[in-house]
Amino acid sequence: MTGPVEPDDDRAESGLTARWRRLDIKEAPLWLFAILAILALMGLTVATNRSFAQAFEIIIPGVVTTLRITIFSFVISVVLGLIAGLGRVSRNFVLRNLAITYVEFVRGVPIVVLILMIAFVLVPIASRTIGFANNAIPQEARFIVALSLIYGAFMAEIFRAGVESVPRGQMEAGRSLGLTHVQTMRSIILPQAIRTVLPALGNDFIALLKDSALATLLGVRDLTQSARLYTGRTFRFDEAFLVLTFLYLSMTLVLSLLVQYLQRRLGRG
Amino acid sequence: MADRVAFGPDDRIVVDHLSKSFGSIRAVRDASLRIKKGTVTIIIGPSGSGKSTVLRCMNHLEVPTSGAVYIDGVHLEAKDTDINKIRREIGMVFQQFNLFPHMSVLDNITLAQRMVRGRSKQEAIDVAMAQLERVGIPEQAHKRPGALSGGQQQRVAIARSLSMNPKAMLFDEPTSALDPEMIKEVLDVMLELASSGMTMVVVSHEMGFARQVGSHLVMMDFGEVVEEGDAEEMFANPQHPRTQEFFSKIL
Repeated sequence: MTGPVEPDDDRAESGLTARWRRLDIKEAPLWLFAILAILALMGLTVATNRSFAQAFEIIIPGVVTTLRITIFSFVISVVLGLIAGLGRVSRNFVLRNLAITYVEFVRGVPIVVLILMIAFVLVPIASRTIGFANNAIPQEARFIVALSLIYGAFMAEIFRAGVESVPRGQMEAGRSLGLTHVQTMRSIILPQAIRTVLPALGNDFIALLKDSALATLLGVRDLTQSARLYTGRTFRFDEAFLVLTFLYLSMTLVLSLLVQYLQRRLGRG
Repeated sequence: MADRVAFGPDDRIVVDHLSKSFGSIRAVRDASLRIKKGTVTIIIGPSGSGKSTVLRCMNHLEVPTSGAVYIDGVHLEAKDTDINKIRREIGMVFQQFNLFPHMSVLDNITLAQRMVRGRSKQEAIDVAMAQLERVGIPEQAHKRPGALSGGQQQRVAIARSLSMNPKAMLFDEPTSALDPEMIKEVLDVMLELASSGMTMVVVSHEMGFARQVGSHLVMMDFGEVVEEGDAEEMFANPQHPRTQEFFSKIL
């Protein structure tokens, strides 16, 4: 049919197409359904299968340690990241180079190696320097220090990008009004920068939660270490590691949906 | 080296043999200007002629490669000069407005008053509202800049500068980023400002405006001041061939 289309028909048709598109299977968040199905299946298994239930009960107390490590490390690394990020964009070349050295050092070494090095070398040295015994600092605290130092470097790059995303004219406008560099940073640049980096910080929180599993390297009894101890005692690898996967996946799924929601809200505002 | 330009009692800003290079590009070459109190100086010239750079040197947003800028006799580039103290006395209006998008119009105007001038919140709000009244948009006080038209945003930017009670105002192509129908509302505000006796330095392509309020005209080309003088005389009888050519193209 090549005849002219009535405007009314045209509208009706495009309305229909739009409705079809909403039902389009390619547009639906299938991945979310799949993940939810996997989680549901695992949850159901834990609820109905005795040995899974037992593994779950033994492992779950580790969640307190996992969350404690994640939250402490996150707060410290945000502070470190902010300081290092501001150093990174500083006009003072000493501060700038100090910040770059820190970031490049951390980025150049595997996380596992950094954790071992910080926990068994750096922290004991620091501990000795301030007059404590070599082993005065508990393993969990060492791990938090290590994770904070590592993520502080990652977040420095996020904050740097955030500050650099604010147009140069903002600093010029602030300075032209007689505000100092620091005042302009604090009242004008940072509030805008932090807004743009919030989703990236959320993603790093999720990454941090996952990397907290490395606490098992130091024998800290988080979720992962609890699961490993359980398998050591019972040799029930299937139960322990499936339950462990289930626990991490549930947490990261909730968090990543939260970050996406945040991103959409910021995108609109 | 040419003689130093002396700072006289009627002068507000003196630019003394100023040069500025960006890498290998020489944006301004040996420019000297004298801005007298209460005058409106219009800097004209083709793009890339160094107009904006000279203007930006006047509040130290650009640091001259050589030469000097004096404001009320204070040498801006001197080591012991507190540039923040100078800048609070010199308002600056940008082509891109540069309002703070994360705060309301009112907060845009009160921020520096409180942080720099040390005014109380109420005092700052009173001044801000008076200035918004002056530029004709008091009803926009509680909106975010993003909700305003370009012309309104530029008027807020002017009000923001005026709220600091500056001794001079610098305008860097204030209407170049505006839609044609919004240019007039901004020029009207600047007109009123000029007639109130404000010392103004304006980089602009608005020749009608330049004719109407300009007391002094500066023609720049390739980083040099090629001609300057009384605006009326220069419009009527440009001396330099480059000025004549420029006028013939845009008038």
